[in-house]
Amino acid sequence: MSPGPRPYVLVAELTYRCPLRCAYCSNPTQVEDRPALATADWLRVLDDASELGVVQVHFTGGEPLLRDDLEPLVERAAQLELYSNLITSGLPLTRERLAGLKAAGLCAVQLSFQAARPGPSAEIAGVDAFEPKRQVAAWVRELDLPLTVNVVLHRGNLDEVDRIIALAEELGAGRLELANTQYLGWAYQNRAALMPSLAQLDAARAVVAAARDRLRGRMELLFVLPDYHGDRPRTCMNGWGERYIVVTPDGRAMPCHAAHILPLAFPDLRTQSLVAAWRDSEAFRKYRGTDHLREPCRSCDRREIDHGGCRCQAFLLTGDATAADPVCELSPHHDLVVAARAAAAEAAPPLTLRRLRLAR
Amino acid sequence: MAALSADSRPQLASKARLRTDKLTGETLLLYPEHGLVLNPSAAAILRLCDGRSAGDIAAELGAPLADVLEFLAALSDRGLVQT
Repeated sequence: MSPGPRPYVLVAELTYRCPLRCAYCSNPTQVEDRPALATADWLRVLDDASELGVVQVHFTGGEPLLRDDLEPLVERAAQLELYSNLITSGLPLTRERLAGLKAAGLCAVQLSFQAARPGPSAEIAGVDAFEPKRQVAAWVRELDLPLTVNVVLHRGNLDEVDRIIALAEELGAGRLELANTQYLGWAYQNRAALMPSLAQLDAARAVVAAARDRLRGRMELLFVLPDYHGDRPRTCMNGWGERYIVVTPDGRAMPCHAAHILPLAFPDLRTQSLVAAWRDSEAFRKYRGTDHLREPCRSCDRREIDHGGCRCQAFLLTGDATAADPVCELSPHHDLVVAARAAAAEAAPPLTLRRLRLAR
Repeated sequence: MAALSADSRPQLASKARLRTDKLTGETLLLYPEHGLVLNPSAAAILRLCDGRSAGDIAAELGAPLADVLEFLAALSDRGLVQT
């Protein structure tokens, strides 16, 4: 029997708590009322991930710094030779704690910024965190840790992409991730307020292309295309259960961080191993490969490339997780996406900032 | 950035880590949120980026200097090798 696909990346969502309340957050808008996974369980998850073949771990959340056992988790990752990335808002952090994380074996830091200036940053995050973030970036560089700056793009900051690039250069980032909003979680709730126009996107793309040439070898520039403005879906998570494992704060294993909305029973890692979850669970096998696809995907010449797009987005927009992702112009539901794009021409409604909300 | 030559002394960037893959025995080059599986000749070149010159690396491996320089330039463009 084939051993099946091998995961390369573990996304460890250590907590959904966060000092920021970004309106585009991809976290669930409602979370199950279950206790957080204990340190010993997280250590076991790291061991199992390594056994499966994982080589990169992303400590993320919410805000991973809110867990006081981050250090032993980073230490275990280092023992397992996993390349560890801290994906953080930068709050709350001291230089001493960051130095301690580096000593524990932390490999790299990805720091979020919301905009190139304090005002618009506070508007979308609900908190004025711009200066503390600059301070964190300076510590990261002083400690000779690689710095990635991540900025989620939307209609409110796309026109400032040139200033965002200048900020990342000034901060000494080796990599700048300009990630257009994916409309899942809180971002879906705020879609009409966040939706950019095609003209904004085209202008930003041109700025990025020019900067990429100028910065070659110094700063890697990544521009994550917005799938709502494409004509074919993205290869979500490199395929369902193909490359990524997400573990939620309460210990559920999922193929994608947005998958909690699907009507699937995701394996509980308090009672089963990550190895079994990855290889044998119904949830991970459900949309692996292309056998589950229906038309128009089944006979599409791109089916092995995009697997019909994002299962979570298909479910969110159509109520059917096996439907073609509606961002595809061949989807019978593509009109939903075309209509959503039109919101860019309207005045933006008020943002709903994220908050922790328990499902009843 | 100065062009690579036989006298350049390439070093692996501090963000990059080399490791042996536990499942396949291949050499992996890991860096923030990414990784590359190296073929044996690429792995051999990077394992010799310890302060010696590109010319010495090519001589040590019995590899054409042009090939070594081309590979190092590609990694330098990605910020994975410093010269």
